Amino acid sequence: MVTPGIGADFAKPTPPNSSDKRWKLVDATMRRLGHHSRGLIETLHTVQETFGYLDEEALRYVAVSLRVPFSRAYGVATFYAFFTLKPAGEHTCVVCMGTACYIKGAPQLLNGLKKDLGVGPGQTTPDGQISVLTARCLGSCGLAPAVVYDKEVAGKVTPQELRNRITKWKPHVS
Amino acid sequence: MSPEELEQIAESEREKQSGFQHRVNVCVAAGCQSCQSEAVKTALEKELAGKQISGGCQVKGVGCMGLCSEGPLVSTNRGVLYQKVTESDAGLILDSLDANPVERLICRTDVPFFERQKKIVLENSGNIDPERIEDYIAAAGYTALMQVLTEMTPAQVIEEVSKSGLRGRGGAGYPTGLKWSTVAKAVGGRKYLICNADEGDPGAFMDRSVLESDPHRVLEGMLIGAYAVGASEGFIYVRAEYPLAIKRLKIAIRQAERLGILGTNICGTRFSFRIDLRLGAGAFVCGEETALIASVEGKRGTPRPRPPYPAQEGLFGEPTLINNVETYANIPPIIRNGGAWYAKIGTEKSKGTKVFALAGRIANTGLVEVPMGITLREIVYDIGGGIPEGKKYKAVQTGGPSGGCLPEEFLDMPVDYENLSKAGSIMGSGGMIVMDESSCMVDVAKYFMDFCMSESCGKCVPCRVGTYQMNRILEAITRHEASPREIDQLQELAELLKSASLCGLGQSAPNPVISTMRYFGEEYKAHVEGHTCPAGVCGRNDEESER
Repeated sequence: MVTPGIGADFAKPTPPNSSDKRWKLVDATMRRLGHHSRGLIETLHTVQETFGYLDEEALRYVAVSLRVPFSRAYGVATFYAFFTLKPAGEHTCVVCMGTACYIKGAPQLLNGLKKDLGVGPGQTTPDGQISVLTARCLGSCGLAPAVVYDKEVAGKVTPQELRNRITKWKPHVS
Repeated sequence: MSPEELEQIAESEREKQSGFQHRVNVCVAAGCQSCQSEAVKTALEKELAGKQISGGCQVKGVGCMGLCSEGPLVSTNRGVLYQKVTESDAGLILDSLDANPVERLICRTDVPFFERQKKIVLENSGNIDPERIEDYIAAAGYTALMQVLTEMTPAQVIEEVSKSGLRGRGGAGYPTGLKWSTVAKAVGGRKYLICNADEGDPGAFMDRSVLESDPHRVLEGMLIGAYAVGASEGFIYVRAEYPLAIKRLKIAIRQAERLGILGTNICGTRFSFRIDLRLGAGAFVCGEETALIASVEGKRGTPRPRPPYPAQEGLFGEPTLINNVETYANIPPIIRNGGAWYAKIGTEKSKGTKVFALAGRIANTGLVEVPMGITLREIVYDIGGGIPEGKKYKAVQTGGPSGGCLPEEFLDMPVDYENLSKAGSIMGSGGMIVMDESSCMVDVAKYFMDFCMSESCGKCVPCRVGTYQMNRILEAITRHEASPREIDQLQELAELLKSASLCGLGQSAPNPVISTMRYFGEEYKAHVEGHTCPAGVCGRNDEESER
């Protein structure tokens, strides 16, 4: 598929910051998928895994490399909940909002976070320390309510436990 | 790879295992892993290195044992099951292998939770190491594939699957044999096969567990399906939120390729098949098959009208077979034991077993596999152990955001596809959330509508705007600000969404609202007319909810 305006024999695009070795990982994914537009989602997964989020520069680079319009790359990046266009804070706290967690007190956990940190789901504290996120379902329903601190899953979380944990990251919360 | 070579691998693996008199299995599926079961396994291995155990002992990481709420779980080959094991228990467990088990840690297995289950899909879960293909082969793995490739024609395979009466386990319950024969008959240059592992229903974790505990079973089912319909390339569309399942699938695919079970000219026949992973990115609508196909193609996951069905025009415009993880996982035992064997289990129209994820306000949460036709009461009270803290049962929610809430009067109803849909819910993929009197059914309906509203892809108006409108009314009801007129509007909108939406998401989004209005109408009334929430959930402020 050739996108009008770009042409079949376009020059190989260069990454936004070619001295950054991490782009090699992104290039490797695109190569593995034959630089085909079908590989767009897979490539965005690699970008997010490597850089933590998708910024406009990265999206433009991927779009040009896979010869899709920027609008399509942006459309895909914003359609799927897993992709984020903003960098996350130093620490992340993901509250599972699956059905089992919901009826076992996940909303109260979020309320507690809102009170302690002043931020709601999808937001990061102004000092960039902690991001509060929600998950559709972690599949840890047997341990409801579940919270993921950075990458570690914790089950049967109480508001007090959550607060203790947050305090460790951010000692001045009391 | 020939059947003889496969048997050799199985033989040498069994021999290796019988060299140990004792075996200690540690669950390393996601549930127990989040209770630090990996650390328990490491501690056991460390302790083992410093001990002399007569007869020898092997510590093995295995898949899900079911009772996730009591993890980390550890079992021995003497049939002892330990619960809530910590690192410091490792020495004690090893020391007791030849003596009496550690009383303090014992989890009884002579209880209905274990005894009432019938395991077909989960037969290997908790017994084999999901990261070793040899272990799967030793448990009769890939023998069904060998049988199919050396003794059966594609038509015979489809015949056997049809005979079994297996229906799609993703939720809709379409007869699997019929789907396979449609794809087999379809004319196309190249056919594809997709495994739907995008378990999007909140409250469901069956597929995750199967993938983490027994990934080769899914690969084998896919291979048999590919042979039957004539597909040469397959994709597993798996949620990016399941990193452990992804890791184990990658390992499994690599191992199968190395043994020549996946790849070109499999087992010396003309049959070739390769499998690739595609990661989902968090879109519930991708559970709908045409949306899933768009996503595998690297696009936004929006559905399209059917027909044409994917069986005729699917991935990249070619005939495509799409089945769910649990459906594929059922295939190897059906081939091994015959379709007639499978058809003996279950009810007249719903054959076999179903895996349910039990969660919510219930004593035993975890994964259970039960024959179709079992009653809800048996699942909730016998297997699930009833409602804890002396609370009263209120409803069980099946089918996630597309399903409904069933009150007490349905407890004695046998569970199968027809009965559930007659009662206003659906089988769905198998999430079962139990609710007690502390849950407000209007709040639950709002929760699901909020979910559908944010997950609506926006392509068709009834769903995009309808879910928003319904959610707005439900919010007003829970704030005690709705008028009786709005209840009627809610009903009208529900009908509209059901009949006018493009895909299953919008068509089934009103189900939680309709079923709660039908069975818990007095709760709606109390909110609107009495301005109170009987369960005390709605209108509670933050101060109160903290307690």
